[in-house]
Amino acid sequence: MTLNRTRALLVGAWLALAPQLAAAQADHQYTSQDIEAGARVYSSQCALCHGANGDTVNGVNLRLGRFRRAITDEDLAGVVTNGVATGGMPPFKLSAAEMTAIIAFIRAGFDPAGVAVKVGNVARGQSLYSGKGKCASCHRLNGVGPRLAPDLSDIGAARTPSALQRSLLEPSVAMWPINRPVRIVTKDGREIRGRRLNEDTYTVQLLDDQERLLSLDKADLRTYELGKTSPMPSLQKTFTADEVADLLGYLLSLKGTP
Amino acid sequence: MTRLRTLISALIVAAAVASSLPLLAQVTSTRIARAAAEPQNWLTYNGGYSSQRYSPLTEINASNVANLELKWMVQNQVFGAWQSNPLVVDGVMYVTQRPNDILAVDARTGAVYWLYRYTPSDKARVCCGANNRGVAILGDIVFMGTLDAHLVAVDAKTGRQLWNTEVGDVNKAYSITMAPLVVKDKVLVGVGGGEFGIRGFVAAYDAKTGKEAWRFYTIPGPGEPGHDTWDGDDWEHGGAPAWITGSYDPDLNLTYWGIGNPGPDWNAKQRPGDNLYSDSVVALDADTGKLKWHFQFTPNDNYDYDAVQVPVLADINWRGQPAKVMMWANRNGFMYVLDRVTGRFLSGTPFVKVNWASSLDERGRPIQTPQPQGQPTYPGNQGGTNWYPPSFSPRTGLFYFAAWDNYGTVYRSEEAEYEPGRIFTGGGFTVVSPAAGAPTVGIGRRGPINNWTNEVGHGAVMAMDPQTGAVKWKFEQYDVSDSGMLTTASDLLFTGGREGHFHALDARTGKELWRAGLGGQIVMAPVTYQVDGRQYVSVISGSVLATFALRR
Repeated sequence: MTLNRTRALLVGAWLALAPQLAAAQADHQYTSQDIEAGARVYSSQCALCHGANGDTVNGVNLRLGRFRRAITDEDLAGVVTNGVATGGMPPFKLSAAEMTAIIAFIRAGFDPAGVAVKVGNVARGQSLYSGKGKCASCHRLNGVGPRLAPDLSDIGAARTPSALQRSLLEPSVAMWPINRPVRIVTKDGREIRGRRLNEDTYTVQLLDDQERLLSLDKADLRTYELGKTSPMPSLQKTFTADEVADLLGYLLSLKGTP
Repeated sequence: MTRLRTLISALIVAAAVASSLPLLAQVTSTRIARAAAEPQNWLTYNGGYSSQRYSPLTEINASNVANLELKWMVQNQVFGAWQSNPLVVDGVMYVTQRPNDILAVDARTGAVYWLYRYTPSDKARVCCGANNRGVAILGDIVFMGTLDAHLVAVDAKTGRQLWNTEVGDVNKAYSITMAPLVVKDKVLVGVGGGEFGIRGFVAAYDAKTGKEAWRFYTIPGPGEPGHDTWDGDDWEHGGAPAWITGSYDPDLNLTYWGIGNPGPDWNAKQRPGDNLYSDSVVALDADTGKLKWHFQFTPNDNYDYDAVQVPVLADINWRGQPAKVMMWANRNGFMYVLDRVTGRFLSGTPFVKVNWASSLDERGRPIQTPQPQGQPTYPGNQGGTNWYPPSFSPRTGLFYFAAWDNYGTVYRSEEAEYEPGRIFTGGGFTVVSPAAGAPTVGIGRRGPINNWTNEVGHGAVMAMDPQTGAVKWKFEQYDVSDSGMLTTASDLLFTGGREGHFHALDARTGKELWRAGLGGQIVMAPVTYQVDGRQYVSVISGSVLATFALRR
């Protein structure tokens, strides 16, 4: 009951935001020239510390819109102008056009081509998710469904539109290395399959196909294989372009529990 | 006879007392030159003028290292990578924390005697975080460079500031992150700012007054030899910083410094020429700062291959002949051995995948093979290794350092216009990763989940035979490592990595003998020292300085 209400609220919030998003995609908020100019400002001024993906400073992911302090565009401009003395970020003297550009680039998820991704109808996308796409047979969403594949509750916040589209059409190409399917045989002969969660020099952590959290010492393993092929089927041949756009719209609406 | 015996006994007692009490003598340059004679102390950034990071202490050895236990911790309350290297003098540890604090700590318990706090100007600009790598000491004075490019002298007993000298102009983004080096009566320090179009230099200051004694510009001015390796006014803002502590040979009276990248970093075409003395080692007269010789590792660098590694000095038998050498695993992926008397190139061998150069010629100059646009260059932006201090053990004859293997970067060049104090890098780069937009390795570890994985490169402790360039053994790590090395006369090697494991390895075989999971990235080298006859090993992991000794 609570869950349904949460979801209804989410969808409601999404619908309320939809016109703004559409406006952004129609280049009314930031132009694609802004975003492209922002890419140049970013690479010359910001990338050295923040990295090509905007995620090399602890607690900050510029591409995904995660900041330590800033919420609004004005906040962002303030951080850029004043720097962050405690974090070692210097103040930057940017022109007004450069500032607009860098914010546009950050807000576009570092993706000058991002606006080209077609985003369809959320409600139709939701039907495709649970129906034809059979997404719910592997993915978990807001506490419901199997944990076999990555949880999608906040996938709309965690990925850019173009990255999500690539995941739908070319899942093996788009798969993050950490998510590679794992097959392990321990020295005592146990076979384990699952999804990798973390790894270091000595150990690997995974969620096995029985949904158990396992932490294994590599010294105890006889075989440790990582699959290059994603277990997820491509939608290239089974979905129309409009269906992909609708599903994408739904996925982009998933921003985690409020 | 009896009298002689009494005298001998008295001498033995006197010696015993002297070694068990804190030495009351002040730290002098002569004492630093004989650092090996007082292994209870750690007197310079790299443990002595030759920068071998080799300690004669042997209480902790292969048979008992498994009995190491945590003795004390100091917790840093400041956010960010903690790259400081502690000094230990007669039971007192001096360590810095961000941005420019110095702590004097009881090296036996971790109790803090005093805290000195310097607030750098808010105009300070640094490329890669508010780092400080430690202090130098002479007499009763501790010296620290600051983020706004000042050099401060602080009373070692009270933490009171004695003097404060401006080394570089903060408005032009000069900064100091390195620990200074004391030679005789002078304090030597270099400046950072290679991403901001500075003109780099190394300078010496009178330890008593802070007055500048000499200055060596790492980019020669008009009329000086090497000036013609720059075009037009490029030399005025060509970078070539010096942000890692150098070494010193008292017999030759030469001090050696690694020089950083030319600017703009990623657009070599914008600054035609070799761009001396960027990406070089320079040998300077310690009294005058006059250049004795130089050797350039990466002429007209397009990849930010700073030569800011520690010059490691050793007197070894070089292919049958006694030789004074310098060993250098460079960010550009080659391991070099140079004659440190003349700067002559003796050998150079790639230690990781390298494709920016096909080989080195007989004088050590690289034959460059730029990769096509959009194709990855190996090693990548952070290099095959970087500033992380290496170690040389005279016992094993091996040179140890942190390598980043299978790590590549795609570079992009752009015209950059120099404006004082602003970023001047001329393009950008992308670390090669298997999926577009997937997380990848950065300048520091970002959290406890390694979601970039070893598919974007991994770390390894390499033990290299400098005579042959052959890797004697390799200890592989899953994530990359910015940790330095420490070796001991008991043939132990201590190091860490971004995963927060603190390892003790057999320096002869690479076999792991002990480890502790400290949970935070280790981005500096461990140090070892002795108090009251007991050997300690200290390492910084995350925001914790942890000190270990044997269980008793």
